[in-house]
Amino acid sequence: MAMTEQRVSYTLDSSLETIDSAEDKATRIATELGFPDDEVMQISMAVREGAVNAVLHGNAYAPDKKVTLAFERTASDLVITIRDQGSGMDLSKIPNPLAPENLLKTSGRGIFLMRSFMDVVEIRPSQTGTELKLIKHVHGPTAGGKEASQ
Amino acid sequence: MSMKVGSRQVDGVTIVDCSGRITLGEGSVILRDTVRDLLSKGNKKIVLNLQDVNYIDSSGIGELVSAFTTTKNQGGELKLLNLTKKVNDLLQITKLYTVFDVKDDEASAVKSFK
Repeated sequence: MAMTEQRVSYTLDSSLETIDSAEDKATRIATELGFPDDEVMQISMAVREGAVNAVLHGNAYAPDKKVTLAFERTASDLVITIRDQGSGMDLSKIPNPLAPENLLKTSGRGIFLMRSFMDVVEIRPSQTGTELKLIKHVHGPTAGGKEASQ
Repeated sequence: MSMKVGSRQVDGVTIVDCSGRITLGEGSVILRDTVRDLLSKGNKKIVLNLQDVNYIDSSGIGELVSAFTTTKNQGGELKLLNLTKKVNDLLQITKLYTVFDVKDDEASAVKSFK
């Protein structure tokens, strides 16, 4: 995303390549926006986990279903939106991965990691798919030396 | 960078040197196949050396858990060695640091097997 642009979006296939691509895009954009290295890693990992959910659990690799990924730079935040075209998820069925009885489960940590790494995580399931919004607050100067408040 | 593994024997313990990324897809599959192959050949004392693993996602974490429980269920032990800060942090926030036996030097890892 060039500094002069405020929003960029991509339409991606439901494939493993999309997951890597989403992570790469997040790394590049967060770096360009001036996030420190540790936050770039957190953002890229959260986006990767979101893309995994969209491709696997949402669209279930269906070739006719797409994942849309959007990055938006607002005055105070980087807002990332990931949408799939699946049947939606029941958030109440996602167990707490930190509960002792779940520690040895081999899955179910993706949303937990997103919530650990981002400032805001919103998940809106619907019959036409799931919208995931990941927000990271911008602290201090951003790319190009512009202050976050500008 | 995709994941690569190489294994070697030290005093009856199998050290699996891993490098690259343990993520959904190839990285997780390689780890799963490696551990299953070792167990099928009777190698039940396993150390995963993660010194050169620079990235792991939730699927990779799940694969580590799977390797741990599969080994344990077959009467073996699987330990982790030389975690990078990133992997260490991930195991801390997921509370898996309390589950795995984590070592920071190979000699003590090998000695720790009964």
